[in-house]
Amino acid sequence: MGETEVPGITILEEEQARTGPRRMLLNIGPQHPSTHGVLRLAVELDGEIIVKCHPEIGFLHTGIEKEFEVKLYQQSVTLTDRVDYLAPLSNNLGYCLAVEKLLGLEIPPQAQWMRVMLTELTRLNSHLVWLGTHALDIGAMTVFLYCFRERENILRIFEMFSGQRMMTSYFRIGGLALEPPRGWHRRIKTFIDDFPSKVDEYEDLLTNNRIWMGRTKGIGYVPLEDMLDLGVTGPMLRAAGLETDARKDEPYTSYEKFDFEVPTRTEGDVYARYLVRLEEMRQSARIVTQAMDGMPTGPWKVADEHVVLPDREKMKTQMEALIYHFKIVTEGFRVPAGEVYQIVESPRGELGFYVVADGTAKPWRVHMRTPSFGNLQATPRMVEGILIADMIASIGSMDFVLGDTDR
Amino acid sequence: MLPDNLRDRAAAAAVEAFDSGAVTGGKFDRGELTLEIAPARIVSVCGFLKHDQGFVRLSTVTAVDRYPSEPRFEVVYHLHSIEHNERIRLKCRISGENPEMDSVTSVWRSADWYEREVFDLFGIRFAGHPDLRRIMLPEDWEGHPLRKDYPITGSRV
Repeated sequence: MGETEVPGITILEEEQARTGPRRMLLNIGPQHPSTHGVLRLAVELDGEIIVKCHPEIGFLHTGIEKEFEVKLYQQSVTLTDRVDYLAPLSNNLGYCLAVEKLLGLEIPPQAQWMRVMLTELTRLNSHLVWLGTHALDIGAMTVFLYCFRERENILRIFEMFSGQRMMTSYFRIGGLALEPPRGWHRRIKTFIDDFPSKVDEYEDLLTNNRIWMGRTKGIGYVPLEDMLDLGVTGPMLRAAGLETDARKDEPYTSYEKFDFEVPTRTEGDVYARYLVRLEEMRQSARIVTQAMDGMPTGPWKVADEHVVLPDREKMKTQMEALIYHFKIVTEGFRVPAGEVYQIVESPRGELGFYVVADGTAKPWRVHMRTPSFGNLQATPRMVEGILIADMIASIGSMDFVLGDTDR
Repeated sequence: MLPDNLRDRAAAAAVEAFDSGAVTGGKFDRGELTLEIAPARIVSVCGFLKHDQGFVRLSTVTAVDRYPSEPRFEVVYHLHSIEHNERIRLKCRISGENPEMDSVTSVWRSADWYEREVFDLFGIRFAGHPDLRRIMLPEDWEGHPLRKDYPITGSRV
């Protein structure tokens, strides 16, 4: 095959002679800023039009599902953070809920509400990173700086709760890792009361911006049936008019007690996805406010000494507590045999944990149905036939995380 | 044969009525319905569930390695009906000797990557798949890491 000597660009001379029009094979990624990680897209171009797109993934595959099988149930919580590193608490939640379902644990109300509040802050965190980088791809730099200003506050809140900014592992099987810190209410209130006005600021910069509209309206459209067929979930479906959200349809962690709406649009283009995610941020802020104001009192972890580590104070005064602590840390706890598939609505869509237990202290198999993996399959359908410049806007609107895709 | 306690589950009863030989077992555990399907019937059962029962979404395809027992592999399909807000799990047990399944890519296009992942990590082949290549690991990788007889650590010499 004859090829030109330009790195990364191949002109298929033979194919050109055979098929007529000039085709160019362009390699985008694995290291390319607009792919937000290590995604490789090999695109065939006819002029500036994409004729074919071949996504290639797996550059970030770390074998996390294999790792689950050799770790105790409670040790694996830290693995889930590293899957979708922009929404660690959603992953923690999905895994903990799956194991708790196998164990048949009833989680105390305060822990449930804390989980709701923090997963919604995680959604804000994730959407802020998405908005900032997506706008940056399209050329609006200011938004990026604004978004990361708010994100910094969220990360500080996470640090206050868990001691970690990103890899929080704050949800544990049976409740929370630590007691909620003193003064959390005031800290979150300061942030969340202000937040809707910050969303207004982003809207001022983008929603009626002519360049923004020109770059996003009517771009990246995929019919709803095709999206369902291709495994797309989350905000992309909602932007195409389907009102589906696991928080409403299959409520978990007492989401049914919260008053919020599921925003939808019907256009199904990049602009609609932007509007849906912005509205989701406002709704998440509503949920955080409700959780904060109505936070139940009481225990923040279950009183099952076989599963949850005892309080520090008890370990110093009671021998049984010390024994339980030793047992959990060294041997873990047995989970009854069975299998569950637990869904949570992650910022990107449907996150499912399929956990198969065999009655020992380690899972036999854990499979993660990650939203980015499903969503990314729609890439060829979305970008074939459009301009290469619009491809950047289109894949940005999918909001995938490659750690989530490759696991 | 469908267990008697599942007869009042609409989806289970419908599959049984559609093809009485297809269901080889099942259970309803922790609020989740599982049907065991004869591997040869998987494509027709999936087509029926999608087109007649509203399971428009294939949530995921994965596998479980039961090594060293036989049949060694379970191929697991999670289906989702948005219309009825319902989920169902289909399970096929296949032997560890030259494991092969029929591909459901003709029913859902999303099965493309899901089945490639199972092929890559478990070494289960999917007959009729349009593009069965490794997806996570490099093309020249040896072995299938999620099999139970694949070591968790070690280096190649």
